[in-house]
Amino acid sequence: MTLPLLLQHIVNALSLGSLYALIAIGYTMVYGILRLINFAHGDVFMLGAYVAFYGITLISLPWWAALIAAIVLTALFGIGLERVAYKPLRDSPRISIMISAIGASFLLESLAVLIFGGRPKGVPVPDVLSRVVRFGSVSVITISLIIPLFTFALLAILVYIVNRTKTGMAMRAVSTDIEAARLMAVDVNRIVSFTFGIGSLLAAFGGIMWSFKYPQLNPLMGVMPGLKCFIAAVIGGIGSIGGAVLGGFLLGGIEIMIVAFLPTLSGYRDAFAFVLLIVVLLVKPTGLLGKRSTEKV
Amino acid sequence: MEQTQKKPFRLTRNHWLTLGALSAFIILAVVADLFFDAFTLRVFNLCAIYIVLALSLNMLNGFTGLFSLGHAGFMAVGAYVCALLTMSPQLKEMNYFLMPIVPWLKNLTIPFLPAILIAGLAAALVGFLIGAPVLRLRDDYLAIATLGFGEIIRVLITNAQPITNGAQGLKGLPRYATTFAVWVAAGLVLLFMVLLVRSSYGRAMKAVRDDELAAEAMGINVFRVKVTSFTMSSFLAGVGGALLGHMITTIDPKMFTFMLTFNILLIVVLGGIGSISGSVIAAIVVTVLMEALRFLDEPMNLIIIRTQGLPGLRMVVFSLMLMIVVIYRQRGLMGNKEFSWDMLNGLFVKKGRKGGSDHV
Repeated sequence: MTLPLLLQHIVNALSLGSLYALIAIGYTMVYGILRLINFAHGDVFMLGAYVAFYGITLISLPWWAALIAAIVLTALFGIGLERVAYKPLRDSPRISIMISAIGASFLLESLAVLIFGGRPKGVPVPDVLSRVVRFGSVSVITISLIIPLFTFALLAILVYIVNRTKTGMAMRAVSTDIEAARLMAVDVNRIVSFTFGIGSLLAAFGGIMWSFKYPQLNPLMGVMPGLKCFIAAVIGGIGSIGGAVLGGFLLGGIEIMIVAFLPTLSGYRDAFAFVLLIVVLLVKPTGLLGKRSTEKV
Repeated sequence: MEQTQKKPFRLTRNHWLTLGALSAFIILAVVADLFFDAFTLRVFNLCAIYIVLALSLNMLNGFTGLFSLGHAGFMAVGAYVCALLTMSPQLKEMNYFLMPIVPWLKNLTIPFLPAILIAGLAAALVGFLIGAPVLRLRDDYLAIATLGFGEIIRVLITNAQPITNGAQGLKGLPRYATTFAVWVAAGLVLLFMVLLVRSSYGRAMKAVRDDELAAEAMGINVFRVKVTSFTMSSFLAGVGGALLGHMITTIDPKMFTFMLTFNILLIVVLGGIGSISGSVIAAIVVTVLMEALRFLDEPMNLIIIRTQGLPGLRMVVFSLMLMIVVIYRQRGLMGNKEFSWDMLNGLFVKKGRKGGSDHV
C-alpha cells in the first residue's frame, strides 16, 4: 500500500469516525441521564437528513439555511419525542421504557416509509462540499475535511457547555443522582429536554453530513449507524462524552481499515462492530473510559 | 394447604368448559384444514407458529427477566438447519446455481421430524455458546449484545454462501409444516411451558427475575438458571423458525432481521410479559390483525379521502399499538396472570355480585 492511499484511508476513517462520534454522544448523554437506550436516536438521524433534503429540494433553500433549519427542527422533534414516549415511563421498570423506545424507533421508520416513500432518494450535494482538493498526490473531497472540522468545533462547544455552564453542571448532577439533583432544586424535566435537544441536534448534523457524503436517503438509513454508534458509546464507556468520541473514532477507523486492508472480509463489515462490542463488554464491561460502579444491596 | 384430606377428583364446570373448548378447537382445526381457502389456512397456521415463538421469547423476557433481542438469529439457525436437512439433492442443485453446495451437505436428506429436532438443538447449541459469555451482562447491555449476536448470525448466513446459498436464500422447501404439524408443535410447547413454570425450575426462573441477589442467597445458581433458560428459549425459537421456513417454503437472510424479533416482542408485550395465556391470545390476535390490516397498505376509497395505497401504514398502526400499550397499560392484556374461566365469569357477572361467589 502506498503512502497517499494510506493517507486517503486515514481521511476517510476520520470523517466516518466523526459522524459516529456525533451520533454516539446523543446515546451516551441520554443514557447517562435516564439510563435509557434511545433506540429511536438512529431514526432522529434519518429524520434530520430528510428534513434538510426537503428544505433544499422542496422549498429550494440554500443548503446552509436548510442545514440550520433541519437541525433546529430535529432538535425540537427530539424534545417532543422524549415528552411523548419516554416521560410518562420515567418511573417504570427499565424494560418498559426500552420497549417504548423500540416502538418509537419502528414508528418513525414506518412513518418515514409512509411520508417520504420507501424508494431511496438522491441528495443534491452542494458544489462547495463535493469539490476535490489535492494535497500533493492525495486527493480528498471537501466534505471529508469539513466533517471532522465541524465535529471538533461542535465538540469544543459541547465540552464547554457541560463543564463550564450552570446547565452543564445541572446535567452532570442529574446524571450522578436524579433524586439528589431534584432535591437541590434542579429542574430535571428541563435538563432532560435540554439533553434530548442537544443529542438530536448533533444527530441531525451527523445525518445531514452523512447524506452529503453518501448522497442517498432511505427511511432505514439510520438503523445501522444508530446501532453502531450505540456500540461506539458502549465501547467508550457509556455515560462519558469523551468515551463516546473515542469509541466513535475507534469504530470508524477499524471499519475503514479492515475494509481497506482485508477486502475479502468486507462482506462482514456490519458484523465487526458487534464483535468488537462483545469483546469489550466481556473484557471491560464498563467500557474503555467508563467508571466502575458497584451494586449496593 | 389448609385441607389435609385430599378431595376426590371431580369434574367441575371449569373442567367441562376446558374440555369443550379443546374439542371445539380440534374440530375447528380439522374443519380449517379441510375447508378453509389457502390464505385463511395460512393465517390460521401462522398463529400456531407465532404462539411457539411468543412463548419462547416470553420464557426469557417474562419468566427469567432476561431482555433478549436476538431471537431472529436463533430462528434463522433453526430455519436454515431444518431446510438444509430436508431438501432433496435435486432441489439443492437447483438452488445453488451461483456457487455449488459443500459436498457433505449435498446428498443429505432426512425426514421432517428428526430434522426439526436437530434444528432446535442446533439453535440451542448456538444459544448456549452465545449465552455463556453474554449472560454475565446486565439488562440493557444484554439486550444490545443479543441484538448484536442476532445481527452477526444474519451476516454470517449471508456470507457463508457454499452452505447457506447466501443472499439468494433457499427456495422451494418441502411444505412439511401442515396444520397438524404446527398445531401439535404449538400444543406441545404450550404444555411444556405450563409444566415448566409450575416446576421448581420455573420457580427458580421467577426468583431470578424478581430479585437476583435474593435468589442467589436462597441457593439458586443464578447463572446456570439463566443459561438454561436462554438455551431452552433458543431451542424453541429454532423450532419456530424451522416451522416458519417450511410453511412459507422460502427463506433468506433478509427475513430474519430485527423486524421479526420486533413482531414477537409486540406479541409478548401485548399479551402481558410473564403470562403464558396472554402470549397465546396475543399471538392469535396480532397474527390475524397483521393479515386483516393488510388493506391499510392498499389503495383506499374512503368517501372523503382517497388514498393511492400507503405501504407502511400497517407498521405505523402496529408501532403505535405497542407504544400505547407500554405507556398506558404496561401490564398488557393479561398482566402476569393466567387465563381462567372464573376470570371470564367475573367479566359477565355484575360487579356487585362478584364478591358473592364462593369458589376460589
